[in-house]
Amino acid sequence: MSSADFTTLSPEILMAVYVMVGLLLAVYTAKDRIAPMLVWATSAFFVLIAVWIGFSGSGDAEAFGGMFHDDAFSRFAKVTVLLSAASILLMSQSYMERRGLLRFEYPLLVTLSVIGMMVMVSAGDLMSLYMGLELQSLALYVIASLRRDSAKSTEAGLKYFVLGALSSGLLLYGASLTYGFAGTTLFSGIIAAAGEGTASLGLLFGLVFIAAGLAFKVSAAPFHMWTPDVYEGAPTPVTAFFATAPKVAAMALLARVVHDAFGGVAGDWRQVIAALSVASMFLGAIAAIGQTNIKRLMAYSSINHMGFALMGLASGTAFGVQAMLVYMAIYVVMNIGTFAFILTMERDGVPVLRVDALNNYAKREPTKALAMLVLMFSMAGVPPLVGFFGKFYVLTAAVEADMAWLAVLGVIASAIAAYYYLRIVYYMYFGEETEALNGGKSPVLWGFIVASAVIMVIGVVNLFGIEGAAALAAETLVN
Amino acid sequence: MTPADFAFYLFAIAVIVAGLFTVIARNPVHSVLWLILAFLSAAGLFVLLGAEFVAMLLIIVYVGAVAVLFLFVVMMLDVDFAELKAEMSKYMPLALLIGIVILMQLGLAFGVWQVSPIAEGNLAARPVDFSNAANTNLLGQLIYDRYILLFQLAGLILLVAMIGAIVLTLRHRPDVKRQNIVSQIMRDPAKAMELKDVKPGQGL
Repeated sequence: MSSADFTTLSPEILMAVYVMVGLLLAVYTAKDRIAPMLVWATSAFFVLIAVWIGFSGSGDAEAFGGMFHDDAFSRFAKVTVLLSAASILLMSQSYMERRGLLRFEYPLLVTLSVIGMMVMVSAGDLMSLYMGLELQSLALYVIASLRRDSAKSTEAGLKYFVLGALSSGLLLYGASLTYGFAGTTLFSGIIAAAGEGTASLGLLFGLVFIAAGLAFKVSAAPFHMWTPDVYEGAPTPVTAFFATAPKVAAMALLARVVHDAFGGVAGDWRQVIAALSVASMFLGAIAAIGQTNIKRLMAYSSINHMGFALMGLASGTAFGVQAMLVYMAIYVVMNIGTFAFILTMERDGVPVLRVDALNNYAKREPTKALAMLVLMFSMAGVPPLVGFFGKFYVLTAAVEADMAWLAVLGVIASAIAAYYYLRIVYYMYFGEETEALNGGKSPVLWGFIVASAVIMVIGVVNLFGIEGAAALAAETLVN
Repeated sequence: MTPADFAFYLFAIAVIVAGLFTVIARNPVHSVLWLILAFLSAAGLFVLLGAEFVAMLLIIVYVGAVAVLFLFVVMMLDVDFAELKAEMSKYMPLALLIGIVILMQLGLAFGVWQVSPIAEGNLAARPVDFSNAANTNLLGQLIYDRYILLFQLAGLILLVAMIGAIVLTLRHRPDVKRQNIVSQIMRDPAKAMELKDVKPGQGL
């Protein structure tokens, strides 16, 4: 332990101090009445930290004896996590306030969970991995059941908690088996102990358990069963948060574990990740077809997208990791726009979440309907929108790694999934006349919907240069 | 078999049996008592490993505080455990099947278990030597120096738990009358009572 260790960790330390100051400030002053101010402040704070991390850091730094890594990969993931969390906080303010859900603890719990995510993506040791993961998950369990008068919200929190505890158990069991094999919990030590080629049986058991535990967190099939219920039960802004930042963090963590700790035995984990990928893509595509609740539909959509991101990881190359990072960044932008739209879906102040409530939406709100059309086409991967390039990236990575079969299955799943995205568009433009949605005049939400749709269109020029950053990040991870 | 070996098997078997009975005991209060036995036996195992401080912690914290708290909760909550058990027994055959399959797989893995050739070296390169100093001292050196990051993160996790408990359970009820100490102290006789001059024979 030295002062250099703490310097490496300074963004996280600053955020932890912010939480404690915010907590004391709110408790000793106006309590929930300053919550809107706190939401804006937290959001601005996230953006500042993201700018700081994005522009200041360079090179690789290790802290606390290798337990914490600060490198291009962790910086890419942290900036994505921070910016998406900031956007979601801004989006949630008016929705939560009108429903009496905006407690001052909400932005602070989000901050704590973001600290957990930042530790996760920087983890260089099984122990710091677990601490980051628990910090993240525990805060998420609480905000899932924030609407404590609703049985569904409470159920969502409880279900998430019980299954999350189960997945933590699996992960810890895998970690202990890995420790038993390698004699150390440091990733650098595990990769040295694992050697090259195929993993010995003890390590393989550890690897599989750890992968299963992390698959729970990214909600990859067959570990996805909590996702639709939790997405449906949690308050909509919280669902939007679940669908973005934690997914990026968990995916980045999975990439870090398989490359940093198990990089020598890539042949063993690539087939596990490929199986998860195929199962998620097809389950997400097929199970979403019958959904009438748009939040459940988005849950299956996120499972489907995780399958594609895992496809990049399954290729096991630096290009695959780059493709995964680009895919996740695009996925987050699309989801922010789509959830901003879902937050505006209400009739006389009451949220309406049925998909067929969107009938004839285009006649009344042409701009928002057009933006949603762009977002849905992008989600489905229709060229020339940005979503297509995300899919193109991971498919290329799979083909280049001699996994053409995986790419073919991905294209088939993508075609199936296109059905339910286009169905939403169909309802908006050609649906029957029904009771109109009225509400959602918030300029913030309108801004997010339109901005993310515009990004989907003009991003095709050069993807805003994230390719270079993602390539650099992947390069530091897979060396 | 040395006495230490004998003690190890005694404690190990006690842990497993107590754990089993914690799960299958019909009366929840008995379950908690079995759990206490499991904690005590685990503390014995820690002593055998030379980790006497952890053993003491286990007894003081888990047996002294947590298990007693469990006991209170079990006695106070009105939960029909028999019904829960009946619900559980419906899934028991399937759960047993899966459990046995996993147990057999792990058994197979244990049979051909290999430790990495460099694992011994990794274990020997421990940051502190546990053989010649008091437990408490060495734990302090590890927790507050090498593992300070993990220690502080654990603190943050506990902070989340505290905030979460308050967010999910505290309700501000406006209709409840609360004691206002300041206004009680500031009360003076002039406001508190009214003097009436009652004429004899008239009343008020």
